[in-house]
Amino acid sequence: MSESRKLTRRQVLQGTAAAGALGMLGNLEWIGQAWGAADKVKMGFIFVGPRDDYGYNQAHFEGKAAVAKLDWVKAFDEEKVPETIEVQKTMESMVKLDGAQVLFPTSFGYFDPHIIKVAPQFPNIQFLHCGGLYQEGKHPKNVGSYFGFIDESQYIAGIVAGGMSKSGKLGFVAAKPIPQVLRNINNYTLGARSIRPNCTTNVIFTGDWSLPVREAEATNSLVDQGIDVITCHVDSPKVVITTAEKRGIYCTGYHCNQSKLAPKGYLTGAEWNWAKVYMDYAEMIRKGQTAPHLVRGGLKEGIVKVSDYNQVVTDAVRKQADAAKDKFMGGGMVVYKGPIKDNTGRVVIAAGKEHVQTDIWLESMDWLVEGVIGSTKS
Amino acid sequence: MSVAVPQILNKALEPFLIIVGSLTVSMVLFGIFVASAGADPFEVYQTMYRAAFGTSFSWQNTLVRAAPLMLTALCTALPGYLGLIIIGGEGAVVMGGLFAAIVALTMPTAPPIVVLTTMALAGMVAGGVWLMIGGALRHYRAVNETISSLLLNYIAIALLNHLVTSTFRDPESLNHPSTHHIGEANMIGVIPGTDLHWGLVFGIVACVIAWFLMHHTVFGFASRIAGGNVRAAQVAGLPVGRLILTICCVAGAAGGLAGMLEVAAIHGRANDTLNANYGYAGILVAFVARNNPLAIIPVAVLLGGIRASSGLLQRAHELPDATVLVMQGIIFLVILFSETLYGRFAKLQKQGAS
Repeated sequence: MSESRKLTRRQVLQGTAAAGALGMLGNLEWIGQAWGAADKVKMGFIFVGPRDDYGYNQAHFEGKAAVAKLDWVKAFDEEKVPETIEVQKTMESMVKLDGAQVLFPTSFGYFDPHIIKVAPQFPNIQFLHCGGLYQEGKHPKNVGSYFGFIDESQYIAGIVAGGMSKSGKLGFVAAKPIPQVLRNINNYTLGARSIRPNCTTNVIFTGDWSLPVREAEATNSLVDQGIDVITCHVDSPKVVITTAEKRGIYCTGYHCNQSKLAPKGYLTGAEWNWAKVYMDYAEMIRKGQTAPHLVRGGLKEGIVKVSDYNQVVTDAVRKQADAAKDKFMGGGMVVYKGPIKDNTGRVVIAAGKEHVQTDIWLESMDWLVEGVIGSTKS
Repeated sequence: MSVAVPQILNKALEPFLIIVGSLTVSMVLFGIFVASAGADPFEVYQTMYRAAFGTSFSWQNTLVRAAPLMLTALCTALPGYLGLIIIGGEGAVVMGGLFAAIVALTMPTAPPIVVLTTMALAGMVAGGVWLMIGGALRHYRAVNETISSLLLNYIAIALLNHLVTSTFRDPESLNHPSTHHIGEANMIGVIPGTDLHWGLVFGIVACVIAWFLMHHTVFGFASRIAGGNVRAAQVAGLPVGRLILTICCVAGAAGGLAGMLEVAAIHGRANDTLNANYGYAGILVAFVARNNPLAIIPVAVLLGGIRASSGLLQRAHELPDATVLVMQGIIFLVILFSETLYGRFAKLQKQGAS
């Protein structure tokens, strides 16, 4: 008895002393001073998932890492922040405790209601959100959006996939049937069919952004159905890519470069190039400029890119892919040019009509193009 | 000394000392872990304290995270009195939030107080019915309630995703399928003078009511008897089946209320963000609090503080978010092991008293 009593008393004493010491530290005015760098541009990044997910979050983290290398920037980040009140607290905390001048809450779900609620409290801080949701007059003035037309890269990847496929059957593991995802599926298919008109894309929707087990099941199921090139639009393509490599088929990546995960089968991939976007923003803030409310662009603007081709990609296919890329770079490429039918046979874009990349009509896409096997209702 | 301590204090002292002791041991273990990860454990604790409790902003940050945990912890704690291990808090939150949003949308012209009351009731009923399914499967079909309540979580999330992408979808929520907004007028405000929404008050009140229910009513007494020995309870004529269903329903109602608050205080609409793992974090809280509703309050605040400190740990020490998960895991395990200390300690005290 006496032994355990003594131990407890000692612990209690230690605990009290520690708590007292910590209490004193708590009273110190430390905000902003801890970093000792008042003249640096302070940028805060918030990610919804892990920094090293080989996907959406890693793409942003790589962008953050690029600006963090500049000696006049202090960049800090926080990962796995849920899209609820916690992200509001993280934003406030970055402003109040770290002295952030600009915040990049990168997940789509951070915008409404979280950024809209926090931004008006800090009118001197810029809140730049990835997703293109900003609307003039409706949203706070210190809010902006940036987004890339990654479907352009998917079009190129589709050409490579269609050219390298033996069966002419491609696979696509997708999270949800929302416009952004459908646009990628359609571009991938249109790219493949531009060089191989009878190509098809089998789509499986998993239902959510991060369901590794279901993504692996979907990949296996697609391979069993005879597809021999696969890609995806989920938060982390890791499982799809590694499963494809294990099953001995080709794959094309998404979000960031996954060639390390599949050295044999990774043909190419659609990647973000956030480093450029974040560098540009950092430069603007350094000069004291207000960032524009809307930054968008595709291959031409350097906001998205295409992974280097795998050595197995044949010269003929490279040439076709590069030709399309050059057209995008020159600004003369229109993917959604009629006649285009959806996969139920309905004409969605009449002959002679075209929808350029920035056309708002494309942002409410709810159909799958001819050649896609699957349904938005699934 | 223990001679002078009244019996009741002695009873409270034992769990208190064991839990404080376990937390101390956890902190030492976590300190070693942090040191092996290359950070100074004292600085890390200092940062954690600063981020969780050091300023008034930190306190609010902590409490806002603690509020839903108080409610979801009840999902696991209350059935615990009956010896049931229910881990379906996540499903109750999701169902509560979903149905709270749906009923709010059916009454666009009603005054806010009516809308909010109806939302709270709808959320509680939805959550309650959801966990009652687990209880009913247990009682009538002898299905393991832990497994069934876990699986019910996935069904709830699937149902939510289905309904917000079809019947109840706001057509303008293109890339983030959600229901329509319940209307700014119907949102629950903040507690005056703070940045905290009323969820915290709901959580504390719910815990106190739950404690009163389980410790000071015939119902609570009957439940504890049934939890101690089902056969004895049946022989004594206690309606065990009804107790199971009622307790599961009350537990689910707490989770449903948490979901309703997520909608009415934060999102304004129901969508997949309702599934923010509060239900699972609540299991840990209930466990550490040893299912005692009053103990849930400080434990939820502690866990909220740990979660709140994650951000600054990442930014100031460049540690991954998983660091605080490791800490939670260590606390969980040490508390689990400390269970074996109960009784031994009491025996020692009795000897001292004699």
